[in-house]
Formats: sequence, structure tokens, C-alpha cells
Amino acid sequence: MIVAEQKSLDEIKAMLKDAKKVLAVGCGTCVTVCFAGGRNEVGVLSSSLRMAREVDGDSLTVDEVTVQRQCETEYIDGLADDVESYDAVLSLGCGVGVQSLAERFPAMRIFPALNTKFMGYPSEHGVWEERCQGCGNCILHLTGGICPVSRCSKQLFNGPCGGSQAGICEVDPDTSCAWQLIWERLGEQGLIEQLMEVEPPKDWSTSRDGGHRRIVRDDLRLPDGEEG
Amino acid sequence: MSPETFKPEVVAFCCRHCAYAAADLAGGARVSYPPAIKIVELPCTGRASVLEILHALEDGADGVVVAGCLPGTCHYLMGNTHARQRVDHVTELLKKIGLEDQRARMINISAAMGAQFAEKATEFVNTVRELGPSPIARGACRGGPLGGPGKAPAMDGREGR
Repeated sequence: MIVAEQKSLDEIKAMLKDAKKVLAVGCGTCVTVCFAGGRNEVGVLSSSLRMAREVDGDSLTVDEVTVQRQCETEYIDGLADDVESYDAVLSLGCGVGVQSLAERFPAMRIFPALNTKFMGYPSEHGVWEERCQGCGNCILHLTGGICPVSRCSKQLFNGPCGGSQAGICEVDPDTSCAWQLIWERLGEQGLIEQLMEVEPPKDWSTSRDGGHRRIVRDDLRLPDGEEG
Repeated sequence: MSPETFKPEVVAFCCRHCAYAAADLAGGARVSYPPAIKIVELPCTGRASVLEILHALEDGADGVVVAGCLPGTCHYLMGNTHARQRVDHVTELLKKIGLEDQRARMINISAAMGAQFAEKATEFVNTVRELGPSPIARGACRGGPLGGPGKAPAMDGREGR
């Protein structure tokens, strides 16, 4: 899932300082699961903003809505009738959700309430860890299902660096050395020999280094003249 | 407004297995506690969410107390522990909002502690009285046409504001 966390209340307050009526829009998908921008978080943030403005001696109307998926036009079309009555929209979606709203409602000021952090999973209650950077060329079949792109601090492809100490990364004592994990996993699977093959330098052009990315599926595109 | 003329409103989210029964015991024993306390009975304090505590404050409560079972005695094992985590989270939020963090408190009490319930309730109401009225206007606008929780009903019996 996409993992995000809320910006500070002060930062959000500052963004909305000129607004009197705001629509807070949550998203029912990734950011609901990571407790950053679901219906409950929309409620808590909206309530906090209303009270903070009252404490400052002013008032702020914050209406609340959570759509199933903020990153698809079909799900945000339903806001079209009401959105113009607001001074601003506060999105509790990921960066994709914010931009979807901005594209759908170009005349409206859309403010991000979250910082989108990474693609990851909950390793325990209240803890999320990065697992994928979307590098565009997956090699998990070579590394025992453990990603050296997202989990090795130096993104190494041929074993650990000298900073790996007792299975821990030198960058952060709470981070396991990805290559130690890969070694152990492939050892358990009897596939250590696989690691003796030297991986050539990675072609990063499939990642962000290649610029803005886009996927086109001709088999899914609508024929000319047919509307979506 | 002076503490003498201010009549606070305090919402108490009480677990039915302990604090609610303790409040009942206090009443039966004629041990009085301040009428400022408005009890909301819950099946467990684990049911009290951050949002409900905030909404109580937003709707005009001057303080919120969450009263759960003694540590280790929750009928649902961890409900009171979760409640304390949430109240701690609310107190942090209140500081960021600009309100006094003393306006929210968690207490632990057993069903047999009627007198102690009255004592702790009185102590919290006195704390709130000293803080003074909440700066949040009663029934502040919340909710809207798009599925929000709707405009909050004003609390009854509010005096001295």
C-alpha cells in the first residue's frame, strides 16, 4: 500500500489561513489502511482544525467526506456539485489523490494534508516499513523476495557493504541489513550459489531517473469514438 | 469568569463494568459528586475513540474524563489500555489545538470504588473549574451536506456561560 502520514496541525492551519469554508476529503483505500487519511482521520483533523480556529478567535467550517478512491476520477465526480461552494479542498489522500482532485477541479485550491512516504506494509501494529520503490525492473526472484533497492540503504546489488554489523545496517540501528536477510533467506532455500553470479550495474532508466513514467495498454484503451 | 460563577460541563465516558457501576454505587450510598458530570455509559472504555472525545469537547464540554477498569482487570483484556493510549493522544492533540491538555483525563476505578469515583470526579471538575470555560463555542458548526456527522446538538442545561 501507499503509506502516508499527516502533516503537522500548524502547517495545515497555515495553509488554510485564508479559508473560511473547507471541504476535507479522505480516501478509503491505502491511506485508510495506514490510518492517515480515512474517515476517522478526516473527522479528527477536521475537528482539530475547527477547534484550533475557534481558539484563535475565528471560525472555520470544515465539512467532511471520504471517497472510496481519490485517485480515480469516477470516485471524485460525485463532489462536483458541491465543491464550488468551498474556499478550498483539503485532501487527505496520497499525492496521487491530491493531484487527481486538482485535475478534476482545476479552479479549486487543493491542499495536501498528508506527506506521502513510501510503498510499504505494516510490520506490526503502528509500524510501517518501506518495501518497494517502484524502480520499474523487479529483481525479487534473485534476492529471495527481499528488495535491495528499497531495503538496503545503499541500494547495493552484490552483497552487503562494510557497514553491515551483526545483521544491522550502519545507517540506522533499527534497520536490518537487507543483504544479511537475503543471505539467510537464500541459505534456507539452498540457493546461496545464486548469489555468486555478479549482477551488472542496474539500469535506473526504468526508475525515476528516466523521467516521468507512463504505462499505455492498447488492449485496454477505448476505441476511437467510445467514451469512458 | 470566576471559578465561583463558572459551572463546567464534563462528559464522563464510563465503562459499564466498573466506573458506571461505581457511580451508581456512589449514588446508592448518597455520596455526592458534582452535577457537572454527564455520564455516557460504554460497554468498555476501549469503545471511546479519539474522535468521540474531540467531538464532546467541540460540542461544548469543558472537560472529558474516560473512566475505565483498574489496570489488568478489563473484561475485554486490553480495552482500558487502549483507552489510555487514546486519551494520551488526545491530550497531545489538545496542546496542538491550543487548548489545555488537562481538559482530558483517564482514570481507572473498580465497581466497588463508589466513594473514590466521587472523589476523582470532584477532583477533575475542580481542575476544569480552575481552567475556566472552554474557548470552544457551544455547538460549533461541524458536518455538512456531503456525509459529515451533521451539526452538533447543543448540550442542555448549560449555565453561567
